[in-house]
Amino acid sequence: MLIYALKRCGLAVLVAVVVSALAFLLLRASGDVAIALAGEGARSEDIENIRRLYGLDRPLIVQYLDWAAKMAQGNFGTSLYFKTDVSALVLDKLPVSAWLALYSLIFALGLSLPLGVLAALYPNSWVDRLCLALAVVGQALPSFFFALILIILFAVTWRLLPVSGSDTWAHYVMPTIVLGYYIAPAIMRLVRAGMIEVLASDYVRTARAKGLSSRSVVLKHALRNALVPVVALSAVQLGFLLGGSVVIETVFALDGIGYLAYQSITHKDLPVTQAIVTLLSVVYVGLTLLADLANAWLDPRIRVGGGS
Amino acid sequence: MTDAALLIPDLTTASSGILLRRRIFAHRGLMIGATLLLLVVLMALLAPLVAPHDPYAQDLTKRMIPPIWYEKGTWTHLFGTDNLGRDYFSRVLYGSQISLLIGLSVMVISGFIGTSLGLLAGFFGGRVDMIVTFIITVRLALPLLLVALAVVATIGGSLWIVILVLGLLKWDRFAVVMRAATQQVRVLDYVAAAEAAGASTFRVIVGEVLPNVLPQLVVVATVEAASAILIEAALSFLGLGVQPPLPSWGLMIAEAKAYLFFSFWLIAIPGTALALLVFAVNMVGDGIRDVSAPGGRN
Repeated sequence: MLIYALKRCGLAVLVAVVVSALAFLLLRASGDVAIALAGEGARSEDIENIRRLYGLDRPLIVQYLDWAAKMAQGNFGTSLYFKTDVSALVLDKLPVSAWLALYSLIFALGLSLPLGVLAALYPNSWVDRLCLALAVVGQALPSFFFALILIILFAVTWRLLPVSGSDTWAHYVMPTIVLGYYIAPAIMRLVRAGMIEVLASDYVRTARAKGLSSRSVVLKHALRNALVPVVALSAVQLGFLLGGSVVIETVFALDGIGYLAYQSITHKDLPVTQAIVTLLSVVYVGLTLLADLANAWLDPRIRVGGGS
Repeated sequence: MTDAALLIPDLTTASSGILLRRRIFAHRGLMIGATLLLLVVLMALLAPLVAPHDPYAQDLTKRMIPPIWYEKGTWTHLFGTDNLGRDYFSRVLYGSQISLLIGLSVMVISGFIGTSLGLLAGFFGGRVDMIVTFIITVRLALPLLLVALAVVATIGGSLWIVILVLGLLKWDRFAVVMRAATQQVRVLDYVAAAEAAGASTFRVIVGEVLPNVLPQLVVVATVEAASAILIEAALSFLGLGVQPPLPSWGLMIAEAKAYLFFSFWLIAIPGTALALLVFAVNMVGDGIRDVSAPGGRN
């Protein structure tokens, strides 16, 4: 287990380094930052000055190493648009996104766990059909369109919830529903498939044969085992929720890092964009690492096969 | 593919096509999806003939006319007009061209990259597999939407930039699925037979492996096309995708956002069109998976 864990951690660090370099290159190579910074109608000597001032005249590899070294010390530079320290800016917005991600995950699990279990217990019943319908609609409905429908219903027609902002808990309700519903179908399918598989297994039959009540069999024996892959998926989804909330946070003007990312991108605020992309990548790598380690701990076959 | 298929003598191969056709027509979801998709394709192809108006022609005297099912609607503008007086029905018709073009082109570009990587990793295994798996892991760690937004913002948005950026970013699922499928096919007898017969490695991969992982490839391709259509809509909705005055459905929703409270139909119409197209593509994908799965034959 220890060898597997060490190998897996080493790989994660390597992935993080490559991803940060790639993010740096992609953002730098896709346009001339100095021209963007100077704004429209800037003279060529102004652009040259900016290039020298920000160190943009150096080779890309030097710029990357310089940036990476500063980043490792927690220094992400200064925002070009907000004119404040990038790490302070990101840390300030992070809780909003983290809460939104957590609420959304709870909403998604609250929706998909009971429905998935019921669908598995009664295949082809109306619950199963409802699950399928919910999943099909959830996968086809563009999230921003769903968000606008909710705004019309809850904020305009019934006047129950605020349209935008992030001051009170009420501001989180609609974003949570949209994001949670977006990731629910995948979890629901996994729960249903896992439960059907586990319910047909020998140990569930043994538990039934011992005369245990059907509820105890389902909840204690079957669900617990069917949940193993769901935990791993949830970890990965949490990482996705942090990054995938760009559209939703922008629609609801929810002041998290997704909205900050959108603002930084539209204002060509490269240090902020870079910091957020890197942060989200590292969070994703960390969460998949945790999920893999948890899976290996629960299932010895993985660490033997994967460790070779 | 299965033992049963090997045991059945040649004379059944003639009827297997008929059996497959019967399975396809018996699958309700596939039929619904395929019909809808066909309608959208016809819409896109026939848009220049069918559209009652020029989708770009502005007429400020005819702004914000509501669609036909409203009291003030008129037959000259079935879906009404937008804030610049452009005929909404014609714009929605032409919008289908953009969504289909995005779905198809991104699918082809990312499909080529991902399938090549997956086939190589699954076929050769060992070090090649390790490298490809690492590349996939790195790609998955990059937040797709953010990177696409940032790159499009710096290069400048246009239809072709969006297609290129998404095509170069969205190959991960192709690679993952093709790698796993190739690993399964790789060890089968007919691959060994082709190798023993002296076929070149390229020949074996393209001639023996690829045809046998084709069902999985088609399923991933439909899922990815649907997802590309949604991402383009999201990018355009945020103003960092297809640029005006092109009638991208996502962009039309963004332009109508200012009129959310008074003219919701401006959002509802392209939104519904988008959802129906993605629904159709997903249904076709699910249907193909069901029909081509060995279990679907029983």
